[in-house]
Amino acid sequence: MSLRAGVVTFPGSNCDRDLAVALRGAGAEVAMVWHKEAALPAGLDLVALPGGFSFGDYLRCGAIAARSPVMRAVAAFAGKGGHVLGVCNGFQVLIEVGLLPGALMRNAGLRFVCAPAALEVATSDSAFTCEYRRGETVTFPIAHHDGNYLADAATLARLEAEDRVAFRYLANPNGSENAIAGVLSANRRVLGLMPHPERAVDAAHGGTDGQRLFAGLGALAAMAAT
Amino acid sequence: MRARVQVMLKPGVLDPQGEAVRHALGSLGFDGVGEVRIGKVIDVDLDETDAEAARARVGEMCEKLLANTVIESYAVEIP
Repeated sequence: MSLRAGVVTFPGSNCDRDLAVALRGAGAEVAMVWHKEAALPAGLDLVALPGGFSFGDYLRCGAIAARSPVMRAVAAFAGKGGHVLGVCNGFQVLIEVGLLPGALMRNAGLRFVCAPAALEVATSDSAFTCEYRRGETVTFPIAHHDGNYLADAATLARLEAEDRVAFRYLANPNGSENAIAGVLSANRRVLGLMPHPERAVDAAHGGTDGQRLFAGLGALAAMAAT
Repeated sequence: MRARVQVMLKPGVLDPQGEAVRHALGSLGFDGVGEVRIGKVIDVDLDETDAEAARARVGEMCEKLLANTVIESYAVEIP
């Protein structure tokens, strides 16, 4: 049985099809979901929120998308223990909707950064990172202007104590606290990250380090089937 | 009735845009500039005639959308 994934498209999303290709490459059956849908397709194992510039980054990155009809369904899906992946703008949406803590501010250097980023896999304890070794270095591309992760001291301490930092930059490109590139929810089933694993799944991309993230998710279908 | 919302980064939250503007002011020769903070002004037209009711409604809008209260504070002004 294959993984059933829904990929949400907002106006201004531009990595939705890349995510679908990466998921299909890992054996998933993918349904594209428009942001105005108030309900998700039945029987999904995973919802993925893509990168891009939803609603032109108006007000704050991800702020308008977070209030779209589909996000109420995504929040309910997460509330029932569903797995949700947010990449780049998708991470910003997950924060704006309150599924992940903290905030993503303008990069400390004020520049849009677009480059391969070396990352430390900070935990292997999640469906997203189970195919990696803790402490392993992987390279995913980054491409963002607002990826400077910020949270208050108590939240940061909790994220660290609960092993919820999924990825860390080896060379901090944006000023993020504790060099955080990706964080997990308390139940470890929601992951938001600024780097783009879906842009590292084919040798033609220049690297395939992202493949194992999607391969790990593929195992969710097998778990659901047993 | 029109309400004016002012959204600012909370004190202590680094404002990289404000910092860049502060540097630019210095390079233009404006001395003695301390901190520069950049915020947003949002005007909202309401079909509401009671100022207190308008203030309450706009406050709710701020909490739910207009401000990210993790990093931003807001003030509602009914002129």
